[in-house]
Amino acid sequence: MWSKCRWSTVMFSFLHRRSSVMSQTPPIVSVLPTRGLVDEKFKVLVENLPPGRPVTVRSLHHSDNGHYWEAFGFYTSDHRGTVNVSKDQSVGGTYTGKEPMGLLWSMCPVPGSHKGLRLRKLNMCSPMLVNISVHSGHEGFRDGAPLASVLVERWYMAPGVKRIDVQEKGLLYLFSPGPFPGILDLWGGGGGLVEYRSALLASHGFATMSLDYLSCGQPVFTYVETAFNFIKDHPQVIADRVGVVGLCLGSLPALYLAADSTVVKVVKQITSPLLLVSGCDDQNWPSFETAEDINQTMRAAGNDHLLSRLDYPDSGHLIEPPFSPHFRASTFVTTNKRKAMILWGGKTKPHSDAQEDSWRKILSFLQQHLCCSLNAKL
Amino acid sequence: THKMGETVDTLERCCVSLSVNPSRGLMDEKFIILVQKALPGFQLTIHASYHCEDGNSWEAFAHYTADAGGTVNVSQDTSLGGTYSGVEAMGLLWSLRPVPGSKPGLRLRKKNVQTPMEVTISVYQGHQTEGFVDQVPLASVLVERWYMAPGVCRIPITEEGLTATLFVPAGNGPFPGLLDLWGGGGPLVEYRAALLASHGIASLALNYLTPKTTMETGKMVDNQYFEKAYKFLQQHPQICDSRIAMLGLSLGSAFTLKMAVYSQVMKLRCVVCIGGSHVQPVDGSVEQVLGYMEKNSEKTRFTENNEMIWRDLLLPIPTDPSFKVDVGRLKCPLMLVVSEDDQNWPAPESAKDMKEMMERAGNSHLLTVLSYPNAGHLIEPPYTPHVRISMFRTVVMALWGGQMVEHSRAQEDAWKKILIFLRENLYDIKRNVRAEIKNTYFSSR
Repeated sequence: MWSKCRWSTVMFSFLHRRSSVMSQTPPIVSVLPTRGLVDEKFKVLVENLPPGRPVTVRSLHHSDNGHYWEAFGFYTSDHRGTVNVSKDQSVGGTYTGKEPMGLLWSMCPVPGSHKGLRLRKLNMCSPMLVNISVHSGHEGFRDGAPLASVLVERWYMAPGVKRIDVQEKGLLYLFSPGPFPGILDLWGGGGGLVEYRSALLASHGFATMSLDYLSCGQPVFTYVETAFNFIKDHPQVIADRVGVVGLCLGSLPALYLAADSTVVKVVKQITSPLLLVSGCDDQNWPSFETAEDINQTMRAAGNDHLLSRLDYPDSGHLIEPPFSPHFRASTFVTTNKRKAMILWGGKTKPHSDAQEDSWRKILSFLQQHLCCSLNAKL
Repeated sequence: THKMGETVDTLERCCVSLSVNPSRGLMDEKFIILVQKALPGFQLTIHASYHCEDGNSWEAFAHYTADAGGTVNVSQDTSLGGTYSGVEAMGLLWSLRPVPGSKPGLRLRKKNVQTPMEVTISVYQGHQTEGFVDQVPLASVLVERWYMAPGVCRIPITEEGLTATLFVPAGNGPFPGLLDLWGGGGPLVEYRAALLASHGIASLALNYLTPKTTMETGKMVDNQYFEKAYKFLQQHPQICDSRIAMLGLSLGSAFTLKMAVYSQVMKLRCVVCIGGSHVQPVDGSVEQVLGYMEKNSEKTRFTENNEMIWRDLLLPIPTDPSFKVDVGRLKCPLMLVVSEDDQNWPAPESAKDMKEMMERAGNSHLLTVLSYPNAGHLIEPPYTPHVRISMFRTVVMALWGGQMVEHSRAQEDAWKKILIFLRENLYDIKRNVRAEIKNTYFSSR
């Protein structure tokens, strides 16, 4: 159980009586909701400031692997002494303009951190803890203690979602009682078992399995097919409502399954609806060019009615669930255990907008094709 | 097999989607329950189920008809029947009742505030009234309701002979403080203090009836016990020593008023009394106040079901000043929360008398009275079920009074206004308090 009390003590270790400061009536910062899913928006409100006061609203997160990430925006309180992050303009910081979720997606490692860090939650069963605080002034806001702060939880797993270890196959996230449409979730070439998107998809009502298909020691496509069948046959899954989500390298097995894997894989034999999401500034994979090519092939084959595309200018390779920070580059351990800095591409604001927009459309696509409506059937 | 034979059912089940936002909320936050992708005109029942820590089960349900878009929005649509009717966003929580076959006199109170209340919200086909447990719902979600916001710390306190639990908000402080006194019902109840801390007020739930010292020596606490609790708050490094309030419910109100007026040690910023009275031997200790009520116990009345009505024990309001806390001497704002159907304490009569005393003394500008028709004695934080009667100290059945709908509205309204009142007095927020909350005579019509 994560220790919220210890968090407060570690972060603010200068507890002493400050009644003279309090007599100036501190501001009140509130966030709604205080506990939300990672793809839910929140509202950050600061009240009881003197009017016209420059303040910095800051987020701080201590990641599972021990690094500190922060984001901040510069604001000025209005005539009522209020700053409303959802409505007001940030005039500087890690984001500018009217950005309700800027305190999350514009996070970057705090000054002095290693280069090439990437923020990824490892333990799905506990929330991401983000401290939202308000500080006096703009430049130099770090010099003083926060005027007020609040702790916010961001969850990948909704209440009731269960994480089940499926031996040698991956992790199945279920939400009782079922039955549910199913999803096979395939990550990229970074390897390992990446759980967070599966957890989030389960929170949206899909029984989802993350699969580590790179270190299984079997031919990838066979292994992926076995996993797909496992999901289909699961008693809590509706057999004819199973889809596949693939990122990066994972899109190859996904396409393979979409083309009915009992035959040689070719795009023109795809028989299921297909959604391609591409970042046009993807420096890792030629995803835009690939999407164009798939489009042309399917058009020639007469099955392009199955294809939907989302192309995002100035977005990089790692289109992740919304409000996660953007990394233009990060360190990557290659198959022969060498560390390299990989350029993923993208500019922060367009990339963050792409994450938010694509996630909504991915969920909608999955719901449309996996959760039928009776009207459509009749 | 399970999967083969259920094609039609599966399709229907797959169709209807249910969402509750937020899925993790504080106990006093509203949620939005949305059913979508049903057929237009589809009749359905939305059901809430909760299994208490004490092993009892509670449920609520309501009947809806999907609109032309196949949607039901509980915040906007009308319940046609069930445990509540009409447009009630939070009805599935405040209309919870023990399932058929439960023991009589149950009350829903969370003991462990460090875990959430887990409520299962489900959708069933048709307008149903029973047998939910034997059916498979069309859709189901689990919702968490928390007394503690993230970062709130719970700290058991045993110093200075106190038996109490302190809840400190997240952040570095210093925070305003509050002393929270419950009623005569029993062991230490923490949830209101936890919720207040979730709103930024460091709150101490104080056990003044069965603290460790009383359990060991058999002697009840003296009035200095409350002052020790106040001093504890003052000296706490995360609490501002000049911004401390006191809140009492029922019997707790009696000691709250006594200390607010007569204590030389306690300089309270403001006081809230819920369902209480100023009638007591003013020089008396806890034991003597209880003794005074004991002496009048022959005034207890009984309903036809043998439930005890205790409101007459302190009536008529005495004229002898040694039996009424002299609220004319009060120097800080006072909010009285009064239920007009309070069958346990004579709160309406006491409030009227206190108002008159303060008007004569010239300090009635400090007084705010919230008065709720058809509300019962136990005005608790919102969206928890109303109980008209329940077991008191596991021995007798007490009548609290109130009707479910009006009582639930009173809880919601009173809590909102209590929070505004506390915030404005503890933070010095310059707003027109009078305009916001005034003497409210709440109309349920």
